[in-house]
Amino acid sequence: MKAGSNLEKVLEAGHFAVTGELGPPRGNNVEEVRHKAAHLKGIVESVNITDNQTAVVRMSSWAACKILLDEGLEPNFQMTVRDRNRIGLQSDLLGATALGIKNVLCLSGDHQRFGDHPEGKNVFDLDSMQWIALCKKMRDEKKFLNDKELDGAPEIFIGAASNPFGDPFSFRPMRLAKKVAAGTDFIQTQCIYNMDKFREFMKRVVDLGLHEKCYILGGVTPMKSVGMAKYMAKFVPGMDVPEEIVKRLTDAGKKNAAEEGIKIAIESIHQLKEMEGVAGVHVMAIEWEHRAKEIIEGAGLLPRPKVD
Amino acid sequence: MIVGDSKPLEEILEMIRDKGKVLVLGCRGCVTVCNVGGEKEVGILATALRIAVKKQGWQTEIGERTLERQCDPEYIEELADDIEDYDAVVSIACGVGPQFVSERFPEIRVYPGINTTFIGGALEHGVWVERCQSCGNCLVHHFGGLCPIARCSKSLMNGPCGGSANAKCEIDPNVDCVWHLIVEKMEKMGRLQELAEVWPVKNWLTSRDGGPRKRVREDLKQ
Amino acid sequence: MRLQYPTNVRVIQLPCSGRVDILHLLRSFEDGADGVYVAGCMEGDCHFLTGNLKARRKVEYVKKVLEALGIEPERIEMFNMSSAEGPRFAQVAREFTETIRGLGPSPVPKAKAA
Repeated sequence: MKAGSNLEKVLEAGHFAVTGELGPPRGNNVEEVRHKAAHLKGIVESVNITDNQTAVVRMSSWAACKILLDEGLEPNFQMTVRDRNRIGLQSDLLGATALGIKNVLCLSGDHQRFGDHPEGKNVFDLDSMQWIALCKKMRDEKKFLNDKELDGAPEIFIGAASNPFGDPFSFRPMRLAKKVAAGTDFIQTQCIYNMDKFREFMKRVVDLGLHEKCYILGGVTPMKSVGMAKYMAKFVPGMDVPEEIVKRLTDAGKKNAAEEGIKIAIESIHQLKEMEGVAGVHVMAIEWEHRAKEIIEGAGLLPRPKVD
Repeated sequence: MIVGDSKPLEEILEMIRDKGKVLVLGCRGCVTVCNVGGEKEVGILATALRIAVKKQGWQTEIGERTLERQCDPEYIEELADDIEDYDAVVSIACGVGPQFVSERFPEIRVYPGINTTFIGGALEHGVWVERCQSCGNCLVHHFGGLCPIARCSKSLMNGPCGGSANAKCEIDPNVDCVWHLIVEKMEKMGRLQELAEVWPVKNWLTSRDGGPRKRVREDLKQ
Repeated sequence: MRLQYPTNVRVIQLPCSGRVDILHLLRSFEDGADGVYVAGCMEGDCHFLTGNLKARRKVEYVKKVLEALGIEPERIEMFNMSSAEGPRFAQVAREFTETIRGLGPSPVPKAKAA
């Protein structure tokens, strides 16, 4: 056991794991975090807390993680290398683990030009790969990047992201292999809408034996509307939304599009459950936390297993 | 070369307002090659300023001069003969020029007439692109001759981020994803496997992050 | 053909409109010209292939400079006409003169006569 987090235990025990996601508020509204967390309590192993996602300023990820801990949920601390250099990254990891955070997700982070402070300077001292390797070093060797001994090392379950739909497609399995080599324990993928392409990706991943070296959780995001599907298809770089998905939502009519979106998400989870190498799902019900239960329940994944 | 952009005329006019005699100073180095600060551009800027001066009814006189280079004290020295006649200098060299001029002639007000933008090259006449970030430790040979530090928006060293789509960068569909180009090139060269290695954390001490840089060549020093 | 065109138009001959320089155009305004236009060949008919297209871009550049200086950009234009179109040459000269007359004198004072 590396961190002894609930997520790690469930995966180690061989269960099909479920993680959720929560975006902190654009302010210090604690109630908002508690409110969203309440919807996810008991239906997922742990909850990703995003780190200023899309480069829009929000309550810091570690602080929202702490609120979740206090509410009795397990957080996955997302950390981007966009806003912190090696000093900030290591320091925040030590602080977060001191507060009881046990899962960390190492990310590059969306470029700030997307966000609400596009004039800002970025950091990118390390890249996400190097940050994974450094997390592992701090945990396993109990050392800083500079080889100095830590006075108390972080016990963490290390996660990373993978986008099977980013270009160049042929390099994506290799990039995942690099993340595994760097030391990631689990992977959460980008939202999967193109199941055929994902299947192809997973086939290559399984051929490389990567699924035996880390746990791979498939990303699922329910579409709330035709507009959302069209937006994601057109404006979110590295997102693959097949025409068929847009058509299904359109055909369902405006009133039933949301229900259809949830139906599609449930179908996706069923397909992911059957796919070789997939160890779980990461359900990202963005600003729709209250519908997460329907999806997870609908996919036959409740109640969640208890592992000690 | 060092590439620059002319500053807006309005900004330059604001700089020279109320000055008696102004020298527009060009440079025959990089800025001549990228058509922003050579003799020709000195003529154009000086003429535009004269038009403005006449229109406003100011008494300002505009002089023109172009040095071999403004990043070399030897050529800056050439200004010594008549610089005293001027109240201000508008240097249209890269950012080095106005600094060297004001270091040598501290009593003269020196203004930058261009914005220095990047180290790059010309793709065609009139189109320049950034290619180098002067990080002080060149690694392009490991990446198929392409620089991920200068050309990846996130300076990633271990492959494309999730925002790479259709060979373009997530920040702008007009920006190439350099990692897409690197992967393609290495694949073509049969060297893709070299990219499987995880690149360790970069030492940025040789870059601007280590503070302003200075280089001394003992064999050349006098 | 003895076509009439306004006497205030001073013609400066160039081998090709592409030879015109931004500096030439600006100098005319510096010397107090109220308007300047470049008459080039029809697009696609340049003997040097792209001279007239380049001339147009230079005219566009000078328009921006004038604008930045608070001078009407309409004071400079590019016209395309074939060398066989004498009447069109005269017509453009008349029309442009009218345009400039409408704008009034240039805000840049005239150079003193030498």
